[in-house]
Amino acid sequence: MVYLIRVQLREDYSNFIFYLSPLVAVALTLFFGSFIFLILDLSPIESFKIFFISPISNSYGISELFVKATPLAIIALGLSYCFKNNIYNIGAEGQLTMGAIFGGGIGLLFNDSTSVFLLPLMILFGAIGGAFWATIPAILKTKFNTNEILTSLMLTYVALFILDYFVVGPWKDPEGYGLPKSMPFPEAGRLPVLFDGLRVHIGVYFALIICFITYIVYNKTLFGFKLKVSGLSSKASQYAGFKYKNLIFYTFVISGACAGLAGLFEVSGPIGLLYRDISPNYGFTAIIVAFLGRLNPIGIILSSLLIALTYLGAEDAQLFLKIPSAVGFVFQGLVLFFLLGTDFLNKYRVLIK
Amino acid sequence: MNIELIIGILNIVLISTTPLVFAGIGELVTEKSGVLNLGLEGLMLVGAVSGFITLVLTGNYFYSLLLSIISGVILSGIFAFLVLNLMTNQIATGLALTIFGIGLSAMLGKKFSGTPIEGLSPYYFIIISFLLVLSVGYFLSKTKSGLMVRAVGENHNSAYALGYNVIKTRYLTIIFGGVMSSLAGYYISICYAPMWQEGMTAGRGWIALALVVFATWKPWRLLIGAYIFGGVAIMQMNLQAIGVKLPGQFFNMMPYLATIIVLVFISSNKLRLKLSAPASLNVPFEKNQ
Repeated sequence: MVYLIRVQLREDYSNFIFYLSPLVAVALTLFFGSFIFLILDLSPIESFKIFFISPISNSYGISELFVKATPLAIIALGLSYCFKNNIYNIGAEGQLTMGAIFGGGIGLLFNDSTSVFLLPLMILFGAIGGAFWATIPAILKTKFNTNEILTSLMLTYVALFILDYFVVGPWKDPEGYGLPKSMPFPEAGRLPVLFDGLRVHIGVYFALIICFITYIVYNKTLFGFKLKVSGLSSKASQYAGFKYKNLIFYTFVISGACAGLAGLFEVSGPIGLLYRDISPNYGFTAIIVAFLGRLNPIGIILSSLLIALTYLGAEDAQLFLKIPSAVGFVFQGLVLFFLLGTDFLNKYRVLIK
Repeated sequence: MNIELIIGILNIVLISTTPLVFAGIGELVTEKSGVLNLGLEGLMLVGAVSGFITLVLTGNYFYSLLLSIISGVILSGIFAFLVLNLMTNQIATGLALTIFGIGLSAMLGKKFSGTPIEGLSPYYFIIISFLLVLSVGYFLSKTKSGLMVRAVGENHNSAYALGYNVIKTRYLTIIFGGVMSSLAGYYISICYAPMWQEGMTAGRGWIALALVVFATWKPWRLLIGAYIFGGVAIMQMNLQAIGVKLPGQFFNMMPYLATIIVLVFISSNKLRLKLSAPASLNVPFEKNQ
């Protein structure tokens, strides 16, 4: 017997299912994840407990959850501007690195400062650094029509090598036993923590403020409307007289500034100095966060917490289950696969004849 | 400089560049058919670890090669199903594949990290890599199927109207690219290293991706580009050894900068872009619209 499978665009496209599908994707990920634990000869229930519950069963764990979720949320919120506009900035990791270099550089330049203005200056330069790195693909895209996906990706690696150059070269700590790291930032350049003894820092407030602003921009402003229109059809947006090139430029700058900010928060917050591996792939993972949060500001906050939990769970899994922390990446990859897959069923009807 | 040193350096360049040629030529064919697969790094790692584990467990090179290839078929098959049948975003799907592959390979390989194995001679693979570039060049420019791949990549709607099976063609090119990436990984863990270590491909998947653009989607340029990229990396080590002051990081970022410059050059002119990049690259094909 031959089945003919056809797909058809749905007319009853449902917004409810659109926001439900991330939950379906998470459920499917957990289902398939349990097989992975079974293959590794581990009890899925015990493993999930170690992976998803025990990391946040005390105040330290909850603080760590916010430490990980903050950069993810800030970067993903920035990226949502680009993605809404159908512009693929996948170089957030590089923009994060540039933010850390610019802002961190200010901290190292004034390393004997005790001024209250040092931290705001570092934050400003962090955002400028990220925005600067994002303007390169933006200008290449608008002036020369160069594919922004490839340029922003390539620039990520360039940024990582620039950071590497600084921490093994001119900014290397003379008292650092030859390790590739900078001197610690002065106390005035460190991000204040919210609670004594915990690492969660004021970056959380920034994430919430950016979320709030983004919500307003998307729902109440002309700029947000323009983004929506040109995301749906760049031709329609040009026909309506919107300056599409300007939109590309602004969205790139916004997302770059957010990534740079996140980078600076990482180095002046939990890390406290510059070294090679300042980010465990936050810039790339934030792309998953943005998609999983459906490019919706509140959704992004929720998905950043969930993905942050995969980082924490993976660390605990390494400690207690003796499996590599990279297992977190398996879950992150799976959840994105399933999300993209379930979107299909919302957009199309499958007919089997 | 004496002859022996030069031959020695050329030998190292040959050995270290081969994975770039494999992964690059595979991705070139995939992109020629209009699909951008950002999952190379993940495919390479899983190809590397599955071949390695099989070799440790069975001691048989043929089985290990086979399993590495199968891993590439499965993973790229999943990618193909998502982007072709479910019409998912190619960028996001490719990134998911890379992230998934990094995690999966690290998990599978944990027990085998540091296990010693008897490596395979790299020279078979080096010879095969040259033959591969030649045959892909011939395939794309001289055979009917090759022209079909290009037609699908240039304009999938016209290709479909002409009666070509766009989906099937892309399935084949994606799986070809996936297998080539697996082989690149296999080469790294079995011939080049030979050992397994978490994340051992060290970003070669991204360089291979850059390489395809740098080569403006032409096989023979890809071969030259691969040796330029590989040569620069080796030159950097040697220059450091003889005390040249230029920091190594600037050599390391050269492939990426060169690729950006090439990209800007080809895209600044519409005709030039038309002659180089496949026009349907990263455009989803929706048959029933």
